[in-house]
Amino acid sequence: MSGQTLYDKLWSQHLVKQRDDGTALIYIDRHLLHEVTSPQAFEGLRLAGRKPWRLDANLATPDHNVPTTIKERAEGNAGIKDATSLIQVQTLDENCLSFGIEEFKINDPRQGIVHVVGPEQGATLPGMTVVCGDSHTATHGAFGALAHGIGTSEVEHVLATQCLLAQKMKNMQVRVEGELGTGVTAKDVVLAIIGKIGTAGGTGYAIEFAGDAIASLSMEGRMTVCNMAIEAGARVGLIAVDDTTIDYLAERPYAPRGDQWKAAVADWRHLVSDDGAAFDKEVTLKAEDIEPQVSWGTSPEMVTGISGQVPDPAAAFDETVQRSHARALEYMGLLANQKITDIKLDKVFIGSCTNSRIEDLREAAKVARGKKVAGSIMLAMVVPGSGLVKRQAEAEGLDRIFIEAGFEWREPGCSMCLAMNADKLGAGEHCASTSNRNFESRQGYGGRTHLVSPAMAAAAAIAGHFVDVRGIDSAAANDPALVKEA
Amino acid sequence: MQKFERLEGLVAPLDRANVDTDLIIPKQFLKSIKRTGFGVNLFDDLRYLDEGYPGQDIAGRPLNPDFVLNQPRYQGASVLLARRNFGCGSSREHAPWALEDFGFKVVIAPSFADIFYNNAFKNGILLVTLAEEEIDRLFQEVEPNEGYRLDVDLDNQRLITPSGEVLEFEVDAFRKHCLLEGLDDIGLTLKDEDAIRTFEARHRTERPWLFRETMQVG
Repeated sequence: MSGQTLYDKLWSQHLVKQRDDGTALIYIDRHLLHEVTSPQAFEGLRLAGRKPWRLDANLATPDHNVPTTIKERAEGNAGIKDATSLIQVQTLDENCLSFGIEEFKINDPRQGIVHVVGPEQGATLPGMTVVCGDSHTATHGAFGALAHGIGTSEVEHVLATQCLLAQKMKNMQVRVEGELGTGVTAKDVVLAIIGKIGTAGGTGYAIEFAGDAIASLSMEGRMTVCNMAIEAGARVGLIAVDDTTIDYLAERPYAPRGDQWKAAVADWRHLVSDDGAAFDKEVTLKAEDIEPQVSWGTSPEMVTGISGQVPDPAAAFDETVQRSHARALEYMGLLANQKITDIKLDKVFIGSCTNSRIEDLREAAKVARGKKVAGSIMLAMVVPGSGLVKRQAEAEGLDRIFIEAGFEWREPGCSMCLAMNADKLGAGEHCASTSNRNFESRQGYGGRTHLVSPAMAAAAAIAGHFVDVRGIDSAAANDPALVKEA
Repeated sequence: MQKFERLEGLVAPLDRANVDTDLIIPKQFLKSIKRTGFGVNLFDDLRYLDEGYPGQDIAGRPLNPDFVLNQPRYQGASVLLARRNFGCGSSREHAPWALEDFGFKVVIAPSFADIFYNNAFKNGILLVTLAEEEIDRLFQEVEPNEGYRLDVDLDNQRLITPSGEVLEFEVDAFRKHCLLEGLDDIGLTLKDEDAIRTFEARHRTERPWLFRETMQVG
């Protein structure tokens, strides 16, 4: 008999009932909530006279609408100038209060992007099912948890029943073999994977990321990879549990202690795919083939290496792709065959649930240390993923490095990843962004997003255009002509 | 949820792959705490020539005359013909809310993103997946034939074109049942309340660290 995949194990551990029609009820251990996708769910509960099934499974924090300037945040909710954003955050506060759900409010030091907060608190544990009304819930799969985004109707369903109606996904394994080159990060790995399999390549699958290059990543790096499984079409990204996972979780506030910690760890050790487990689809990449990535288009699959160039739409393999590429180039204001290093930038955003954890900030700071943001850059901002990440970074002096280089140092939130707050791109502006989606107008109406790693974003901020972070010290990355006046 | 009735719907073609949920309903409209009223902002960036904001009076906004849904011949369309990977991106249920509020009851495409697929059915929208070749042919037929309608027969899982051609489609039994009956998922799940409680008790015994009251904190 062949072994089970990690996904198969997690699925069977949470299967409440398999129905004859192919659907199943699966039990949900952790439900994370934020202000954007929950109000209609709470309203639904209220209208039906229902109560949450199990309060302690839920944890909420506002993240999408919160302002990130230090001045506005000092005012708490009153600092939210947009009336509709304010109502949404207040509604979350009211709903959590009236239903009895734990919430890290706007100025709680533990507040932050929900996908940074859960793992940081140990509220995400291996072997859990984790859901949230947000597609980047895939992030939590980095812990060997079955985690995925759900819609608002499902948020209401989970609140009311502690279960989700689901259908079992297919299994896919993406292996990244070998050793990553210096300057090549988790973000480059996942962008390269998306570039290879496409934004629908994982549709219908749970993707398990494996191989030496994945195992060598820190938990922060693993979260970056799983976070963007959804950009490859897969709701679920997974990575097997190992010492890295367990070391990260020890002593976290919501993690068990004592004998129970030992029992939990023993249980978590089984959260790996068995030898010989069968996958419906397998893909392998060689780590040494992956160079720092930059997206050039309006879909995350429109990505290439830093030494590459913008493709010629005419060279695409089918007509639909040709038209997509042509439209993307027009929107992005780029020319066929233009070198990636010739793309000039207006803004730089380091943040989002993909890349706002302490390690991301360290990597960016390493590049920015002692340098200056190019004068041609209108705004370069660093938005930590949570209040605790911000404190940690400040304790390490990273904030000083960024501020001295000319970056703005902000308060935690989703910020310019999707520009629901005041942080946004203007029409036509090019942004080097560590976020996850380069869709049209995602970061602001008419804005042009290029997805990159934190180190590549920092390097681009200093050069004013994309540069290969691997040659940063030898490149004219700090051309005096481009240095911003202090 | 309303029952899904057989319909003969006017078809509007949206000839674009990877239509993401940001395109279906841009983020500024996600600030609403209601489920309704998103229809006027469906495909906002494509429909209008200016940047939209919530609560705006749409009467004075400049329409993009090239956008398909602004063309007189497609007014009243209830069937959207689309390309591959429709609904990719975020989990926002505002996307199907906007489609439904605008008047779409059916979307036909070669493939859909997973989360959007779930969300649409939970709002009474039927998603029909057909082969790329069939989709290509439908695009070719719609364009030259003003008033092109498809007879959408969910009960028998088929579409019938004006020329009488029958296109069969697959849909899973549970979703079909819920759509045809207009069923509320939560009510159905709560019929299994005992099974959930039994599972929960066992789960708590096996893995007490997953529950606050049984988790060892010191």
